[in-house]
Amino acid sequence: MHEMSIALSIVEAVDAKAREEGAAKITGIDLLVGRLSGIETESLKFCFSAASKGSLAEDAVLAIDEREGTGECTACKSSFPVSFYYAECPECGSLAVSIISGEEFQIKSMTIEEEGE
Amino acid sequence: MCDTCGCSSEGGAVLRKPGNSEYHVHITGHGNGHVHDHDHEHSRHHDHDHGHTHHHPEGHSRKIAMEQDVLLKNNLLAERNRGYFEARNIVALNFLSSPGSGKTSLLEKTIPVLRQHVPVAVIEGDQQTTNDADRIHALGVPVIQVNTGSGCHLDAFMINRSLRELDLQDNSLLCIENVGNLVCPAMFDLGEALKVVIISTTEGDDKPLKYPAMFHEADICILNKTDLLPYVDFDAARCRENAMRVNHHLEWFEVSVKSGEGLDAWTERIMKMVKRN
Repeated sequence: MHEMSIALSIVEAVDAKAREEGAAKITGIDLLVGRLSGIETESLKFCFSAASKGSLAEDAVLAIDEREGTGECTACKSSFPVSFYYAECPECGSLAVSIISGEEFQIKSMTIEEEGE
Repeated sequence: MCDTCGCSSEGGAVLRKPGNSEYHVHITGHGNGHVHDHDHEHSRHHDHDHGHTHHHPEGHSRKIAMEQDVLLKNNLLAERNRGYFEARNIVALNFLSSPGSGKTSLLEKTIPVLRQHVPVAVIEGDQQTTNDADRIHALGVPVIQVNTGSGCHLDAFMINRSLRELDLQDNSLLCIENVGNLVCPAMFDLGEALKVVIISTTEGDDKPLKYPAMFHEADICILNKTDLLPYVDFDAARCRENAMRVNHHLEWFEVSVKSGEGLDAWTERIMKMVKRN
């Protein structure tokens, strides 16, 4: 269940940034999660609700942009979508595929609510 | 609650040393490589202190760009560990596998050979007990046990903290035995030179396909318990092929820790790395 420690590190990062920005609370967090990043998004959402208790992100909505992976064949150089690590090149059948994208796991942005005067 | 000192340490990892039941260090941080300084209450008050000259309407909302890797803190700390290893010419290996594939046995068998050529130290990761560290301690090499509690993996912070407790020598070898788990430890860089994944013939030969992230991240794969091949339905060639499908850069070794078969090639590989350093 590494999603729990991951959820805690998201909360820590956004909470610190939001306080710097003088936020009263965080209403939304945008995440980019590649399909090859090793993150189970449902599990992450579940852990996030527990991990965010008592922080500024307690009521934040997680918006997760899941991105497909892209592989490039090192033999014939064609690129194609991959959703797992043992992909085969659809052009030449080679297994020597390099992963170009799909391993991203980023906090893109968040929406904060500022305190009224 | 910690049953050694009675302090409240839920969720935190603990460092222990075999043969010294008094020694234990609680390490804080959220398991993501960050020292937690507990100043939240303080900063909450602060928010009210500075005078805003501009006016925000009640509940004004604003979007803030972050563009930050979720594992940023772990990765930065891992790079710090890596810099420490490089500066002191220490080869650090991260051993990964499911529970029971023979990580500790492999270390027990190879360390007596390796230490004739190079100083060796070990960091052991397990949720509980110092059983593995006790086995390494019996070999007479420095060892520290990280008990991760509920944690399912070692992270860069735990290693960083352990390094301060271990008196590592320059030009040495550090073996880090991760928590037995083929899933979570794959995501956490510790600052190691190489990741070594171990699989044994009592598991399935499709394991690389079932847990591709781990095999994709690894640099070296060791197939252990080859002495059992005549008795189990495990196809070593197929396992190797599966592993190569997931990671075509993987270096492959076949060993039996029990009989010693294939261990020379493995220790020679490590020695080559230590000497090149």
